[in-house]
Amino acid sequence: MEHKTPTGGEKIIQCLEREGVDYIFGLSGGAAMPMFDALVDSKIQLVLVRHEQGATHMADGYARSTGRPGVVLVTSGPGATNTVTGLLTALMDSSPIVVLCGQTISPMLGKDAFQEADVTGITYPVVKHSYLVKDASQIPRILREAFHVATTGRPGPVLIDIPKDIGQGPCDAPFTDELDLPGYSVPGRGDAERIAETARLLSEAKRPLLYVGHGAVIADAGKAITTLAEKLRAPVVNTLLGKGAVDEHHPLHLGMLGMHGTAYANKAVAGCDLIMGIGARWDDRITGKLEEFCTDAVKIHVDIDPAEFGKIVQPDVAILGDARLVIEDLIPLIEMGDTKAWLAQCDAWRREFPLRYPKKGGLRAQHVLDRLHAITRGDAIITTDVGQHQMWAAQFCLSRSNRHWLSSGGAGTMGFGWPAAIGAQLANPGKKVWAVVGDGGFQMTLCELATAQVHRAPAKCLIINNNYLGMIRQWQELFYENRLSGSDLEGNPDFVKLAEAYGVKAWRIKRAADVDRVLQRAQDYDEGPCVVVAEVVKEDNVFPMIPAGAAVSEMIIEPPKGRLAKPTGST
Amino acid sequence: MSAAAANPAPMAPLPTHTISVFVNNKPGVLVRVALVFSRRGFNIESLVVSPGAEGRFSRMTITCSGRNQDLEQVVKQLAKLVDVVHAIDHTADQSYEVEIALIKLECSLDARTEVLQIAEHYKARVVDFGAESLVLQAHGSSEKLDALITLLGPMRIVELVRSGKLLMARGRGVT
Repeated sequence: MEHKTPTGGEKIIQCLEREGVDYIFGLSGGAAMPMFDALVDSKIQLVLVRHEQGATHMADGYARSTGRPGVVLVTSGPGATNTVTGLLTALMDSSPIVVLCGQTISPMLGKDAFQEADVTGITYPVVKHSYLVKDASQIPRILREAFHVATTGRPGPVLIDIPKDIGQGPCDAPFTDELDLPGYSVPGRGDAERIAETARLLSEAKRPLLYVGHGAVIADAGKAITTLAEKLRAPVVNTLLGKGAVDEHHPLHLGMLGMHGTAYANKAVAGCDLIMGIGARWDDRITGKLEEFCTDAVKIHVDIDPAEFGKIVQPDVAILGDARLVIEDLIPLIEMGDTKAWLAQCDAWRREFPLRYPKKGGLRAQHVLDRLHAITRGDAIITTDVGQHQMWAAQFCLSRSNRHWLSSGGAGTMGFGWPAAIGAQLANPGKKVWAVVGDGGFQMTLCELATAQVHRAPAKCLIINNNYLGMIRQWQELFYENRLSGSDLEGNPDFVKLAEAYGVKAWRIKRAADVDRVLQRAQDYDEGPCVVVAEVVKEDNVFPMIPAGAAVSEMIIEPPKGRLAKPTGST
Repeated sequence: MSAAAANPAPMAPLPTHTISVFVNNKPGVLVRVALVFSRRGFNIESLVVSPGAEGRFSRMTITCSGRNQDLEQVVKQLAKLVDVVHAIDHTADQSYEVEIALIKLECSLDARTEVLQIAEHYKARVVDFGAESLVLQAHGSSEKLDALITLLGPMRIVELVRSGKLLMARGRGVT
C-alpha cells in the first residue's frame, strides 16, 4: 500500500485514537475542518453538539462518570471562546477534559484574521495547561502530554490551539510516549511519618470526623475510607462533589455538610475534636465563617495538590499524595477507636433534625427528588444544574457509588446538568442517567435535546420548574426583604411542547399523586431521551441553610420567622 | 488559621519578597506566572527574565510586597504551573543580591563636582559625559541604589533605568 504522509489534522485524530478516545464532542467551523475531515475515516464517533458550551459539559460528564478524559473539538474565535465556561467548570472541579481548537493560519496569528481570537491568552486562567501548536512535528508529543497532564495528579482541562496550516499541512512525526515536562510531577504515596502521626492523632481523638471530597472520588478512595471509618468507628460527611465515594446509605454516613448540608452533618462538624479532610479543599461553602470553623479540632488534610495546604485552613498534619494510597497505608496503623458516645450523639442529632419538607400545599421538589431516589435506588447516574434543585437533589438523592453524582460545584455553572447527562449516558450505555435541572439552567443548554435525540441517548431530563431562579428568589426573600429582582422567569416556554418539538418524549407532573407513575415511566423509557417537567410550588426554600459567611453553628434549620441580616461571605 | 479577607490591613508596610522562578523557556510562560500575581491583586515590583545555564530553561527573579502567608500561597501556586520547574522565596535566606541602575542627570557645571563626589562614594561610574547631562552607572544591593537615588534627589534626574533585583543562593543552595 502506498504510504501517504498524513496531514496534521489526521495525525491529531490518530493520536486521539491511540489515547483510546471513543467519542469527540464538537462543532465544526473553518479552522477546525482538517480535524473534522480526518474524523470521516476514524472509528471515533463524533457527537455534533448545538453549542460549544454543551460540548465541554458533555465531555465533562463523560470524564466524571468514567475517569477517562473527555474530548472536545471546536473551531477558532467564537467556537473556542464558547468553551470558556466549560473549561472553568472542569478546572474548578478537577475534571480531565482535552479541548482542541482550530485557529487561524500561523502567518495570520495576531493580525485580526477572520474568526481569530487569542485563545491561549483568553483561557490561561481556566486551564491546567495549554498549547499553541507552532510546528506539526510536535503534534504527537503535545497530544501525549495533554492527556497525561489532564488525567494525572489533580486532573484538569488542557487546551490545544491548532492553526489551520498545521492541521492542513503534512505531519510525518512518529507517535511518541516521551514527555517533556520537567516541571510536572505526580504525587503518589504519602509520607510515612506523617501517616504515622495521623494514625496517632486519630487514635487519640474522641470525636473524629472524616470529611470526604471530590479528590476521594477521583482517586477511587471510597472503599479504603469506608474501611477506615469502620475501623475507627468514625462518622463520615461528604461535600457536594464527594457524594458517592462512601455509600451515603452507610450507617456511619451523616450526608452532605456545608451551606445546605444536613443539620446532623453540620452539628458533627461543629462538635468534632478531629476533622480529617480527604481530597477536599475546605471551600467557603463548607467552612462558613473561618474564624469559628472547628477552632478546637485537630485538622488533618490529605490532598494531591500541595497548593491546597494552608490555602484556607492551616492543617496540623498535611499529607501530600493520592487519597487512596494514603488511606490504604493508614489503615493498618489504626486501632479500633472508642467513639461510642460520639456516635450516639451523632445518631441523636440525626433523629432530632432529620431532613423534612411539608407534605401538603402542592407539588414539592423535595417530594419529586425523594421519589426519584426511591425509584432509581441510588444506582442511577444523576447530574444536576445549579440552584435549589441541586441542593434538594444532593439532600434526597443519596449516592451509593463512585462517579454516579455529577454536579457543577466550584464554578456553579448553570446549564451543566443536561449536556453532562448526555456525555455520561454515551459513556455508560448500560446505565440509567438522570439530569435534574431547574427551569433557568435548562434553558441555557436546552438545544442539546437535539444532540441527545440524534444519538438516541436515553438520558432523562427532570426539570424542576418553579418559574423562578429559585435560589436567587430564596436569598431575596430571606436577606433582601423579598425585593425580587431579576429572579422571576416569566415567559418560560411549555417545556413539554418544547421537548416534543425536538421529537423528544415528554411528560408533565402536576400532582404529588402522579410522581411515582411518571418517574417510573421515564425510568423505563429506553428508546431515546425523555423529559419530565415537574411543575412544583413556586415559592419554596432550601433548608437547612448556613448563610454565606456565618458560622456552622448559626445554621438555620427551619424557615425563620423574622428578617435575617445580609450575608457577609463569598456570594 | 488564615483568613486573608477577614483580617484588617496592617499599618506597617508589607515586607518585600524576592522569588526566584525556574521555568521552561517557552512562549506564554511569563503570562502564566504574571497571572498568579495579578489574580490576587499583587503588583510585581521588579521582574528579571533571562535564559538559564541550559537554553531550554529561563530564570525569573520577581520582587513583590505582601503578607508572608499570602506570598507563601503565591509560591505554591507558581510551583503548580506545569511550565514552572521550581519556585523559591529567597526573602529569608542570605542570598547574594545585586541590581544595576542607569541614572541620567541634567547637570550644570556648578553641580557637577557634587554629583561626582556622590558617585565616587557609591562607586558609580560616569558612562556618558555630555555638556549639560551625565549618565551614571551604579550597582549594588537594591537598598544601596535606593539611597543613591535619594541622595541625587535634589539634582534633576531626567531618566532612571533599574535592572531589577538579581539574586543567587550562596554555596550549594538552589536559586
